[in-house]
Amino acid sequence: MDMDDVAIRIQGLVKKYADVVAVDGLDLEIQRGECFGLLGPNGAGKTTTIEIMEGLSAPTAGTVEMLGRRWTRDADALRARIGVALQETKLFDRLTVEETLRLFRTFYPRTRALEVDTLLAELQLGDKRRTWVQKLSGGQRQRLAVALALVGDPDVLFLDEPTTGLDPQSRRALWDTVSTLRSRGKTIVLTTHYMDEAEHLCDRVAVVDHGKRIALGTPAALIDDIGGHHLVELSCQPALPAATFSDVVGVRAARSSDRDDDGSAAGPGVVLSIDEPHVTLPALFERLAQLGARPTRLVSRTATLDDVFLSLTGRTLRED
Amino acid sequence: MTTLSESPLFALAAARIRTFMREPGAVFWTFGFPLLITVALGIAFRNQAPARFPVALVGNGAASSGSVTTPAADLVTVLAADPALDLRVLPEAEAAAQLRRGGVLVVVKGGIDGASPSPSPSPSPIGARAGSVEYTYDPSRPDAPAARRAVDDRLQRRLGRRDVLVTHDRVTVVEGARYVDWLVPGLLGMQLLSGALWGTAWNIVTARQRKLLKRLAATPMRRSHYLLSFRLAGLVFVPIQAMVLFIFARLTFGVVIHGSWLAMLALSLLASWSFAGLGLLCAARAENTETANGLINLVTMPMFVLSGVFFSSERFPALVRPAIRVLPLSAFNDALRHVVNDGASLWSQALPIGVLLAWGIVSSVVALRLFRWT
Repeated sequence: MDMDDVAIRIQGLVKKYADVVAVDGLDLEIQRGECFGLLGPNGAGKTTTIEIMEGLSAPTAGTVEMLGRRWTRDADALRARIGVALQETKLFDRLTVEETLRLFRTFYPRTRALEVDTLLAELQLGDKRRTWVQKLSGGQRQRLAVALALVGDPDVLFLDEPTTGLDPQSRRALWDTVSTLRSRGKTIVLTTHYMDEAEHLCDRVAVVDHGKRIALGTPAALIDDIGGHHLVELSCQPALPAATFSDVVGVRAARSSDRDDDGSAAGPGVVLSIDEPHVTLPALFERLAQLGARPTRLVSRTATLDDVFLSLTGRTLRED
Repeated sequence: MTTLSESPLFALAAARIRTFMREPGAVFWTFGFPLLITVALGIAFRNQAPARFPVALVGNGAASSGSVTTPAADLVTVLAADPALDLRVLPEAEAAAQLRRGGVLVVVKGGIDGASPSPSPSPSPIGARAGSVEYTYDPSRPDAPAARRAVDDRLQRRLGRRDVLVTHDRVTVVEGARYVDWLVPGLLGMQLLSGALWGTAWNIVTARQRKLLKRLAATPMRRSHYLLSFRLAGLVFVPIQAMVLFIFARLTFGVVIHGSWLAMLALSLLASWSFAGLGLLCAARAENTETANGLINLVTMPMFVLSGVFFSSERFPALVRPAIRVLPLSAFNDALRHVVNDGASLWSQALPIGVLLAWGIVSSVVALRLFRWT
């Protein structure tokens, strides 16, 4: 049996389609009991990677070992031990929530399958049990998708973009559900292009871009690596180059930027990585005064995984 | 019951039946529409000739004889008394137009000079002064020659012609030989074929397009169970379809099953099982419903025309008839007509049953080889 602490080990994973390389030599080790995030923009290869882990797609090269088994030999045994929520599945429109759960429950070994009532309660779907799937809201549908992923009491749970397209309230509710599962020690693999989701839910994150892993670690460590937990975004009149500020006290890195955090153009400006705003900000104003420049925009905020991605690729996660 | 509802195969079939019954459109097209076709065709092609021939009567316009100027009042009297004729007195142009449209079968023009209604049932001969009448009709139009003969007989007899041979008519309807008797088994065949193809192929391709197939493939569900569930659901739908159609045909047109109902049901179930294999084949690779739609039509339409649904395949050249006979729908229609119309036993239909089995097995095997889940 699999005595080892690794739930999933991926080595040299490659997936090529006719004219694209979706996954380009990926190595990952996902520990038992951790919530692991694949973070990257659309088209980074996250869904391809997770579908290979789920046994829905065969890799062009490389190996996936899960719970000590391989898809090529033990597909049936593995399917009984994983739970999957695909990115946007449309279920049977005219089955009720309860009927859908009962149907999926029949697919799993009876010794594993969870009680339908338990799942309905846990996913707050109790009052929707007799509602047709067709009539559910986006958030309810996504909760049903998670309930279906859980019905076989899986050892590993895969969630592909679980909150994409949900309203903020539904998103929060789903985060709570995932946090609860995580605290119970379930191994969870999720993909997302929301940095706040990865920060909130994941023990460790692999940042992927163009099918390659470009960073790996806990969200805090990744943010540390870009130097400074805080970022100051500054635009001034007249515009000044980034180098102007690199020797201001407490500034760990300075780079020029032509966009703000929302990805919209805010004119030329600079982004400074700092540790302590109360030390650096007064010195920064002093420098501006010396140079006769007037700040037209100044934002101080904590750094996010989006900044990590930006510093690694020069692009934001939201860009296609 | 608990064990049955926990069996994935039965649960999938139950899901299939539930979703179908909750789709009113699908229920209508499966159960209601074939009844409407039966009524429409049963009425349009009922065997008795039209009760009365529509005939137009126009005036002798030129009034050349001087005595007849109105639209032949005497003709009107003579012909209107004939129960076999539906007489319409029309202006000439209108009569010609009606003839073109098929509203009347014959246009009668002329007059019988000097003829006056006789008070006695046996009229006296009028002789040479009988006048002249012109019939305009298209002999290629069904019933037009018969209508012309009916008008002519009426006039000739009225003016004194005597029939010399004594004849008797014995009117009888041969049960099971009417068009509607022949039609209903074919309609069931058509209904089962399209039901099986749309029921499997459309549902599977929709599920593929909605990524439901992929989601199911990620569970430990046995894939054969999913595909079998369509045929299992057919065990429920098919007997209902067949019974509803035959009971309805019995009540409305007196269509009788001369063989056994069980043989009819057994054949229907076998056919539906066989056709479902073609459905799997259509669904094996199609990525979207547009492709599936095209494939389903490609399979069903030729068989609707060739396999003797609305008219007998005997109308096709002898050279191609053997090829038509091995089509699955032809096999079913032949076998069912033998059972329904001729009272044949199931065992006598071994050949068409073999054809249906072969289609079902071969199409399923090929479909499973080609089938794509993700």
